[in-house]
Amino acid sequence: MDFIIDFFLHNPLGQLLLIVLEALALLVPLLIGVAYLTYAERKVLAAIQLRKGPNVVGPFGLFQPFADAIKMVTKETIIPAGANRYLFLLAPMLTFMLAMIAWAVIPVNDGWAIANINVGVLYLFAISSLGVYGIIIAGWASNSKYAFLGALRSAAQMVSYEVSMGFVIVTVLICVGSLNLTDIVRAQEKIWFAIPLFPMFIIFFISALAETNRSPFDLPEGESEIVAGFFVEYSSMSFGLFFLGEYANMILMSAMTTILFLGGWYGPFNILPVLGPLWFLLKVGICLFVFLWVRATFPRYRYDQLMRLGWKVFLPFSLVWLVITAGALMAFGWLPHA
Amino acid sequence: MGFLDRTVRSMFLGEIVSGMALTLRYFFKPKATINYPYEKGPISPRFKGEHALRRYPNGEERCIACKLCEAVCPAQAITIEAEPRDDGSRRTTRYDIDMTKCIYCGLCEEACPVDAIVEGPNFEFAAETREELMYNKDKLLANGDRWEAEIAKRLELDAPYR
Repeated sequence: MDFIIDFFLHNPLGQLLLIVLEALALLVPLLIGVAYLTYAERKVLAAIQLRKGPNVVGPFGLFQPFADAIKMVTKETIIPAGANRYLFLLAPMLTFMLAMIAWAVIPVNDGWAIANINVGVLYLFAISSLGVYGIIIAGWASNSKYAFLGALRSAAQMVSYEVSMGFVIVTVLICVGSLNLTDIVRAQEKIWFAIPLFPMFIIFFISALAETNRSPFDLPEGESEIVAGFFVEYSSMSFGLFFLGEYANMILMSAMTTILFLGGWYGPFNILPVLGPLWFLLKVGICLFVFLWVRATFPRYRYDQLMRLGWKVFLPFSLVWLVITAGALMAFGWLPHA
Repeated sequence: MGFLDRTVRSMFLGEIVSGMALTLRYFFKPKATINYPYEKGPISPRFKGEHALRRYPNGEERCIACKLCEAVCPAQAITIEAEPRDDGSRRTTRYDIDMTKCIYCGLCEEACPVDAIVEGPNFEFAAETREELMYNKDKLLANGDRWEAEIAKRLELDAPYR
């Protein structure tokens, strides 16, 4: 026993193996979660539209995601004649990788983050900003008008909403006094930030919808106008990677909402602290349900409305609220001692 | 004032929230769809489905080869050939329906003086080849035998309205 512990803690090879195991322990459930998110999406949309949704493959249709995955990987990867082959194949990999590596800093429970770095928020922000590259490269390399339009829309949209999202995050940061995600959750032991910072919470959530290109901000995909946007030309596993990346990003955004505003692993009124990861999962699940619920409720925004909302409503509002929050913290001496 | 009113209203997301409340109510409503191949919706006794040729209870076929159905068929989907049988009764030697031509108007059924050709309750007779939809007399009589119980019930239910 001692030998094994010693191997994992002190041998360089053991440490490497430990990190790989930790990453697998996070990524495998994450990918299964992504698979079941597609299932949940179809079920929730079906329920709201008074349909039944997938219910044939396995009990309650529970094996549907796996059937879809098998279908996806067995299809032919088509590379359009005019496409730039390398970039065309690089783009989905990039999107998928970025969606995965962001999870390195997410603390599922106290001390359960793979990399508990002190600039966790900054890291997340940087990774989610890089996500736009996958889309732009896909749109450009496809050499197709629809893909290109989708990529342009996506780039403009993600850039606009990141700005207000940044201000929202700064508001949280000045309340915590740290960029470490674990510290941010610990600061919410008494009260979740969703309550004192309620308007910021709403703005963050709506921006998260825009950031992940989800309905009602799904203009980059815009099924009814530009076919499928930036991934029209993709098929098989290269499409599958975009799909996985998009849904993993949804889960990531839900996890960020949970960490920044919903008190991470703390239960309501701090009950049952043993269930930390379960509380975290529950909150992420609720956020994801709201993602799907919003999709079932609202029609797509028009492009100018989207830009107006981002630049003329959210940006000034979050900026003003940031100033108010900072002022209140100063005036009442509630500033955290970092 | 109107501007302020609109701004405040949209700030509090009133309509967004009421819209979401509506969809949430629908989330818990009973489903409007049924589990089709396992569950089926009710159909009227007058439903015009797959054709069948009926028999009398003693097993004799009803059709007397009057060719009224062939004459009335607006799509000319029915082909009948007939000659007298050894016992002197007039019977069909050939009774074909081209189901790809049929428009399911039910006029053959209406024209029949002996209730021999009827459109039954079955609508699940999709086939993989075109040839399978060229029904001959054997197929139609087999359909009649298969669906007789339901066809008799439908005729009885519909009788008061005729």
